[in-house]
Amino acid sequence: MGYPHKPHQKETVLLSQYFGDPEARTYGGWVKRGGYEALKKALGMSPAEVVEVVKVSGLRGRGGAGFPAGVKWSFMPKEKSKPHYLCCNADESEPGTFKDREIMRWTPHALIEGCAIAMHAIQAEVGYIYIRGEFTEAIRIMQAALDEAYKVGTLGANAMGSGRRLDIWIHRGAGAYICGEETALMNSIEGRRGNPRIRPPFPAQAGVFGMPTTVNNVETLTSVPHIINRGAEWYQKLSLSNPKSSGTKLFSVCGHVARPGNYEVTMGFPLKDLIYDLAGLRDGRTLKACQPGGSSVPILDRAETEACLLDYEGCVGQGTMLGSGGLIVFDDSADMVYQIMRLTRFYAHESCAQCTQCREGTGWTVRILERILSGKGTMGDLDLLLDIGEQMTGKTICVLSDSCAVPVVSGIKKFRGEFEAYITGARKPVLAVA
Amino acid sequence: MQVTGEYEPVFTGDRRARLDAILTRYPTKRAALLPALWMVQEARGWIPDTAMVEVAQALDLTAAYVKGVVTFYTMYHQHPVGRHFIQVCTTTPCNLCGAEDVVRAFLEHSGCGELGATSPDGRFTIVEVECLGACGFATPVLIDDDFIDGVTVDKVRELLARYP
Repeated sequence: MGYPHKPHQKETVLLSQYFGDPEARTYGGWVKRGGYEALKKALGMSPAEVVEVVKVSGLRGRGGAGFPAGVKWSFMPKEKSKPHYLCCNADESEPGTFKDREIMRWTPHALIEGCAIAMHAIQAEVGYIYIRGEFTEAIRIMQAALDEAYKVGTLGANAMGSGRRLDIWIHRGAGAYICGEETALMNSIEGRRGNPRIRPPFPAQAGVFGMPTTVNNVETLTSVPHIINRGAEWYQKLSLSNPKSSGTKLFSVCGHVARPGNYEVTMGFPLKDLIYDLAGLRDGRTLKACQPGGSSVPILDRAETEACLLDYEGCVGQGTMLGSGGLIVFDDSADMVYQIMRLTRFYAHESCAQCTQCREGTGWTVRILERILSGKGTMGDLDLLLDIGEQMTGKTICVLSDSCAVPVVSGIKKFRGEFEAYITGARKPVLAVA
Repeated sequence: MQVTGEYEPVFTGDRRARLDAILTRYPTKRAALLPALWMVQEARGWIPDTAMVEVAQALDLTAAYVKGVVTFYTMYHQHPVGRHFIQVCTTTPCNLCGAEDVVRAFLEHSGCGELGATSPDGRFTIVEVECLGACGFATPVLIDDDFIDGVTVDKVRELLARYP
């Protein structure tokens, strides 16, 4: 929904239904809206039953990877011999994405409820919500909601009178995109530098503090109470395209649009409708390109955008990914070379510098793009960028390196003429000579 | 790193009690490091080496280890900054919406002159920041702990006036 908070008729609002409604932020207001019914129901089920419901629903991870949530939960040991942990990934930092922030700002109890259900399902007594340090408002609102939940006994030593201990704490990040990578996030909770870990072991075997851990995104967890309330089959059927992608998804639409904001649509919704009808282009402008899943996914040109369906498979079909649902729109006024350079600066700044390909490759890529933008580039630079991009792909501990290469490689492939114009001098330099 | 001269500890009274409460949330002392560093920055405005030594002692870590963590995270200040620390997002989605013009307006009206520098009156320090996660509300700006959406060039002067 654009702002003010008014859903478009083509939206399907589950998670965003109460965005813009301050009363929904309070415990009383949330209960009045049916809140915590799902948690009550889930606490009456066995952990295995809850996992099964989420498995059947087809809910997939909304943070970017799209891994089936119920399957991830089922990897946790069934027999509990040591403490289990839930980590909620609220380190939302993928350029173009701002959905988790809105969930936390407007419906903090929805996230708490989702966390509590997940903790019951994976038999965890302690959960950490890792919120990026910059989200000061979201942290304040989440903390106030947690305080309320403790006060009424929804959380604590005897959560909702179930005899189960459910403790949820906020862990504030301190400015590192990489901590959204699940193993870096766990290191950051442990009080370490946010370097990703080599897998295996996977978090379900040895996660935070070396204990079995599940890491789920905010939007994934917030979807869970709806599934518990209304059933796996109902959620499974929420799809306009194919049964592998079910439910609703929040898309954060930004960049060159008339009505930026979060739009919630059913999986399989046409990308062109989201851009043209819901968010709308600015007057007199035409679409040039977009990234449907945050800055780390391949750029689509106009024709690909118009053919793309917004679900996991539909995006792959057009050579991109659904990612986090951060939809960055570029209209005909966009300078693709400059904007791609800005993206690479982001990755260069955020590289944790563990792996050579990433530490060196991100900075090198930035320098070449800056050279091109200052009018000093050569045609050979384009081949060099593609070569470096290949060397940065699939060779590092995590995918930050790949993510930097993706917009560069897809950008050169689809908008080569814009790069060449800076090199031949057809286009005036926009950066001072380095 | 060594503590020399007068040092006023951060973790006394209320703050010590708060740290003790935080320690109960984690199975290790080390895990309280990020929260402890936040408390130092809250109290001192930045994180001096001397405070890193104090944090290390409180959590049974070495000062070198603490420094390694401080230097990893961009939000921890390793040197004093202006009374108001201003972070303006300039990553691609905001950049498309004119974020660089907003940065220029901040630099001009604050007297900072350049990015990272503190204004001569000690009032402001301005930095560009990578994605603040509010791309639909371009341009988001973080002033101290206030997250402000939708800052445009024409709003900058009035906004600065709110931070004496």
